[in-house]
Amino acid sequence: MRKYLLKRIFYLFLTLFIVATATFFLMKLMPGTPLQNEAKLTPSEKAAILAQYGLDKPVWLQYFIYIGGIFKGSLGLSFQFSDQAVSYLIGSRMGPSMQLGGQALVVGIIFGIILGAIGAIRKDTWADRLATILSILGIAVPSFVLAILLQYYLGLKTGWFPVAGWSGFAYTLLPTLALAASPLAETARFIRTDMVDVLSSDYIELAKAKGLSKFGIVYHHALRNSLIPMVTLIGPLAAALMTGSMVVENIFSVPGIGEQFVKSILVNDYPTIMGVTIFYSALLCLLLLLTDIVYGIIDPRIRLSGNGD
Amino acid sequence: MADNPKDIQLTSADFAPLDKQAGPDNERIAAPSLTFGQDVWRRLKSNKTAFTSFIILVLMFLIAFGGQAIYHHDPNAQEPKYANLPPKIPGVNIHGLNGHLTQSGQDVDAYKQAGAGSNVHYILGTDYLGRDLLARIMYGTRISLEIALIATLIDLTIGVGFGIISGWKGGRVDLFMQRVIEVLSSIPQLVVMVLMATAFTKTGMASIIAAIAITGWTTMARLTRAQTLQLKNQDFILAARTLGESAPKIAWKHLLPNLSSVIIIQTMFTIPSAIFFEAFLSYIGIGISSPQASLGTLISDGQKNFQFLPYQMWYPAIVLIILMLAFNLLGDGMRDAFDPKSKR
Amino acid sequence: MENPENVIEVRDLEINFHTYAGEVKAIRDVSFDLHKGETLAIVGESGSGKSVTTRSLMGLLAPNAEIKKGSIMFHGEDIIKKSEKDMQHIRGKDIAMIFQDPMTSLDPTMRIGMQIAEPLMKHKGLKKKEAIAQALEMLKLVGITNPEGRINDYPYQFSGGMRQRIVIAIALVCYPEVLIADEPTTALDVTIQAQILDLMKDLQNRIDTSIIFITHDLGVVAGMADRVAVMYAGKIVEYGTVDEIFFNPQHPYTWGLINSMPTLDTASGSLQAIPGTPPDLLDPPVGDAFAARSDYAMKIDTEKEPPFFKVSDTHYAATWLLHPDAPKVTPPAEIVRRQKKFAAMQKPAAPFAKTASKE
Repeated sequence: MRKYLLKRIFYLFLTLFIVATATFFLMKLMPGTPLQNEAKLTPSEKAAILAQYGLDKPVWLQYFIYIGGIFKGSLGLSFQFSDQAVSYLIGSRMGPSMQLGGQALVVGIIFGIILGAIGAIRKDTWADRLATILSILGIAVPSFVLAILLQYYLGLKTGWFPVAGWSGFAYTLLPTLALAASPLAETARFIRTDMVDVLSSDYIELAKAKGLSKFGIVYHHALRNSLIPMVTLIGPLAAALMTGSMVVENIFSVPGIGEQFVKSILVNDYPTIMGVTIFYSALLCLLLLLTDIVYGIIDPRIRLSGNGD
Repeated sequence: MADNPKDIQLTSADFAPLDKQAGPDNERIAAPSLTFGQDVWRRLKSNKTAFTSFIILVLMFLIAFGGQAIYHHDPNAQEPKYANLPPKIPGVNIHGLNGHLTQSGQDVDAYKQAGAGSNVHYILGTDYLGRDLLARIMYGTRISLEIALIATLIDLTIGVGFGIISGWKGGRVDLFMQRVIEVLSSIPQLVVMVLMATAFTKTGMASIIAAIAITGWTTMARLTRAQTLQLKNQDFILAARTLGESAPKIAWKHLLPNLSSVIIIQTMFTIPSAIFFEAFLSYIGIGISSPQASLGTLISDGQKNFQFLPYQMWYPAIVLIILMLAFNLLGDGMRDAFDPKSKR
Repeated sequence: MENPENVIEVRDLEINFHTYAGEVKAIRDVSFDLHKGETLAIVGESGSGKSVTTRSLMGLLAPNAEIKKGSIMFHGEDIIKKSEKDMQHIRGKDIAMIFQDPMTSLDPTMRIGMQIAEPLMKHKGLKKKEAIAQALEMLKLVGITNPEGRINDYPYQFSGGMRQRIVIAIALVCYPEVLIADEPTTALDVTIQAQILDLMKDLQNRIDTSIIFITHDLGVVAGMADRVAVMYAGKIVEYGTVDEIFFNPQHPYTWGLINSMPTLDTASGSLQAIPGTPPDLLDPPVGDAFAARSDYAMKIDTEKEPPFFKVSDTHYAATWLLHPDAPKVTPPAEIVRRQKKFAAMQKPAAPFAKTASKE
């Protein structure tokens, strides 16, 4: 197990290194400098600004400085907010994003499991069909469309929820709902497929032969066996949430990382783009690693043998 | 049980030995045999949802790619004086489709206000530049579908090729290739896309296609590899190898046909995901840009006026949602149809 | 027909399956009794309906199955008429079941101790601790070495034979009156098969349970069963004591089964297969379903269904060959040899008929 972990951690760093390198050189391909109002600046002023960002050095040296900086926790300075460190920018915007992401994940997974389980237990009934329609809609309606609709109909028109901004729990509700739709749908589909399989397995037949009630069978045997593989879904769900957060935060004016990312893209703030990219990748890698560890702990089948791939 | 079966009266003719030749054929297999393709088609047809989705998709493709032949409106022709006109279908008098609007509680004929003659009507209305929305949606759908289909095709080629090689070669090659996939798939897909799309903004459509294709193929590769590994050791492949057929020939003649179900099903899910990402990129403003249009840019444009002219966003959004729904439902249906386990 | 010695009485059972191709008549008018303390083997090839019959005893038929007709009497009550809730009190307590594949019939994510304890908690209302203690006793009984150390293990930590012992422990933990064993040894190695059969025999004596033993393997039946019912195409075609079926079979299908069974004392090296395939139960043939594959088929077999003819008090067979007017036929050589042996056995105390006195 320890050897496996070490290997995984090595790959985590390798991945991040590749991401950092690729991002760095992609960004170097692009035009654009931190200089705003370039025409008004004197050559010496330009040189001073470029030196502040380290852009006066050759590209290979910039690269080493950048990579070296990452190890020290530095992601460079933002072009847009000239004196702010990217790491500070990310740090100050992490709170809202994490709260929204966390809430959406919890809501999505809990309701997804319920919806998926209902579908599987009541297979081929109206309840199953309703659950299927809901989960298909959750996948088919893009988060940005859903966010706009929610904002307009539940926020603006009825006034039930705050329309936009970030000052209190009430402000998290609509964005959470918009973000939760996709993980909810994915979870429901996953659980339904998995549980239909589990419910037709021999050990469920044996559980029936023991005389267990329908509830007992689902609760003690089917649910546990369907939930274990669901752990592997957490990585993809988190990635989907990152995608969603970019537009949802934007639409609801939530001061989160996603909102900042989209802004940075639109104003060509390369250091911030790079920083957020690396941050997102690191987050996803860590989640995937955690998923693997958790999977190893909760699935007795791989608890002992889980030292290889 | 009869009271005494020995009392049943029978004649000696009843005990005549049965003529085997004339008797029922004991080797006959009763169920009619179907080829795999026929079976899949039969089950797909019997799945009403999937079949409806299939028909809807065919119609959508026809309208997106052939609609302009019937509906001669330039999607880019601007008519500023007719900007933001609501839908008006001649002969239909339903509010919302008759060119009327509700402005500060009053029902107003928007067409009259704009000074349009009675011969002017836009079936789905116009956008903020006075462009025909129906023409733009048809055009946008076409662009969205083109991007999604080309990206999926590239995705498919890379993914299937990578998967087959990885699974077939095995050993160190496989190990290395698996690590590549592992590293790639732990980078958030959208981040790569955003980077790609930003880095090559000038190239427009091509950069989006590249961005979607480059990040999307790992799932396909993984599935293909797993299936190849299974097939590799089956007897018919071993037989082909023993007979000295070359590896590419085996891959083409024996492997691909057996991989087809996995590939087709995965493709059915790759297309909507490509449609989604294209719309997403265009929506946040780094995808297709004016004067070109895609469903994403149309939604983004429509959102600006959503409060007053909701139809400008609703229509492209509905088209996008229907596309996504139809592809996903058809994909589900295909998966059930290809999976013999779910035979009913 | 009510007989206090009978634990289960099945009468005129008919079960159909609704499929997309039409109605499959899986069980066609089946009747049998299970006596107290005996082992009844139901033998037949796959698809003959033996598993369906026993599933109906548990009330565990697939959702697309429909019981058309008949009754299953258990303790004077008809199981078919019972609600799902009532059946839950019978399953695992009065009637228990062992499944074919021990590799898949245990929940992979639950400790085996808990899996054995579950029926006790459900039916006897025991607390978890007491139930686990009894589960431990049961583990000892089914011959798991070091039960204290293994009660908290998961199924994947056991071999196939060990897992089947655990499945048996689960089935017997409530001391059920009836145990249904659905091909319990088919998925196991031959050497393990014998161990599991011995274990079942041994436990039957200790727990005093009746067993319905389903198999397609006549070889397994010989050492295990007291009585045998042979099923073909959804019907019982012959039943009798194990000696009667093995040494004095009357139905051509039973002849075929015995003939196709490898024995050490058969002189010839080749096995005799039964030609053809079983009939399609979507549209079962008129008359004797086996006629199409039988070398002894007569005209009447394709016209009229044969009733059960009595061979002895315990032995019945449904074939027109037993009609007094039917021509005498010579069964295959192996059967003739066996029938001679049977005739010899009838005179002195039969060495094989260990349960003869009971019958």
